[in-house]
Amino acid sequence: MNYPETLRYSKSHEWVKNEEGMVVIGLTDFAQSELGDLVFVNLPEVDDTVTAGEALGDVESVKAVSDIFSPVSGTVCEINEELLDHPELINEAPYDAWLIKVKDVTDEEELITAAEYETHCQSESNG
Amino acid sequence: MEKTTPLYATHQAHGGKIVPFAGYLLPVQYQTGVITEHMAVRESCGLFDVSHMGEILCEGPGALKLLNHLLTNDFTNMYDGQARYSLMCYENGNCVDDLIVYKVRDEHYFIVVNAANKDKDFAWMKAHEQDVEGTTLTDISDSVAQIAVQGPKAHEILAKLLPEDEFPVKYYSACFDRTIGGMRCIVSKTGYTGSAGYELYLAAEDAAAMWELLLENGKEEGLICCGLGARDTLRLEAGMPLYGHEMDETVTPLESGLGFCVKFSKEEFIGKEALEASEPTRTRVGLKITGRGIVREHMPVFSGDTQVGMTTSGTHAPYLGYPIAMALVDKAYAAVGTRLAADVRGRKVEMEVVSLPFYSKTKK
Repeated sequence: MNYPETLRYSKSHEWVKNEEGMVVIGLTDFAQSELGDLVFVNLPEVDDTVTAGEALGDVESVKAVSDIFSPVSGTVCEINEELLDHPELINEAPYDAWLIKVKDVTDEEELITAAEYETHCQSESNG
Repeated sequence: MEKTTPLYATHQAHGGKIVPFAGYLLPVQYQTGVITEHMAVRESCGLFDVSHMGEILCEGPGALKLLNHLLTNDFTNMYDGQARYSLMCYENGNCVDDLIVYKVRDEHYFIVVNAANKDKDFAWMKAHEQDVEGTTLTDISDSVAQIAVQGPKAHEILAKLLPEDEFPVKYYSACFDRTIGGMRCIVSKTGYTGSAGYELYLAAEDAAAMWELLLENGKEEGLICCGLGARDTLRLEAGMPLYGHEMDETVTPLESGLGFCVKFSKEEFIGKEALEASEPTRTRVGLKITGRGIVREHMPVFSGDTQVGMTTSGTHAPYLGYPIAMALVDKAYAAVGTRLAADVRGRKVEMEVVSLPFYSKTKK
């Protein structure tokens, strides 16, 4: 399992990266591994607002649907359209396959470091 | 507390992701993932632990009469080794379970039922055992393991271990008293995937050795371990009903499109009167999702603003490459080509009625 140190993480398994005044959001390696083969991604549209702690969209694996929770509040300024046709990119490279970029961020959930997130995942998979 | 099958340790050793299902701890998938496992069964071969299924013996001079009384299908004209699919109904015509009956020989039948229903089924059957004289029903589930070898390469793999003339020839038939790798088993030409293949019934204590023997012999052909996830996507792609989804205690076989195994020509069977009197207003259909999204079970189905049914199963179909679903809908909306929509968490997703099965190995 891969936990890049340059990223910050939510306990609901999203990763967050700050990039030129925007926040980039994706799903972690642990998340994609738990979900299994992804076959559909439902993302918000550009200019939609997202709210920290609330669902920004969902991903469907062969077996089930799961919400993606937004780690921040703000306005969607870009979505990764490639994922709409190729959700499997999240399985293949979860840290390259970003979901959305958010600007005008006003609020942020509690985000943790790579080391803290790794511990969090270990406790979840043992639970 | 969930039970385990005789292959529990084997699944763990092979990296199976274990989940509770129908009272058992079983692998939902291995590290290969559902899509790879699904494709293996369509293109080469997959190995499944199906030991959670229930097995019941029906024996005695009254065995045939009891089966014809308890079940909707007619078991009168069967040859030794033949298998026949049937429903078991309540007096009101709704389904207790669906199952397969094998004729071992006269007065000896072997019944395979769903894991989730086996206690209920056995109790129901036992309660009617005395309706016909001279029959004994025995639940042998705990001593029987079942391994499914499914896919176009299944025969090639098993032929390394079993002489060609010892295979069952016809689909839905079985050979009893076979020996594979020194282990006695029943070799049945059946399956729940829509691909060619076999199901082996054997003593629980032989299951782990048989599993490894098959894997070893199937290595070249690409045989891999498969979990419940692939079993579900495969049966759905093949348009096969699953108890608890396409039919249950609130649905009759006629509504779920299983009228072919309800034999009204029989003098009597439990549920006959109710089914004869019934006028089904809904039926099971296959749906191809034409909009964006995955439609799963229990989603309302609409024609315009009118709700006309409910989905019973749905998933992304890995071999076909698009999402599919099955639903019970009002008969007026069941014609192939009818455009419907599902309400997926508040979002309407377009779909179209298509003929079942979605996938057939001969239809390609």
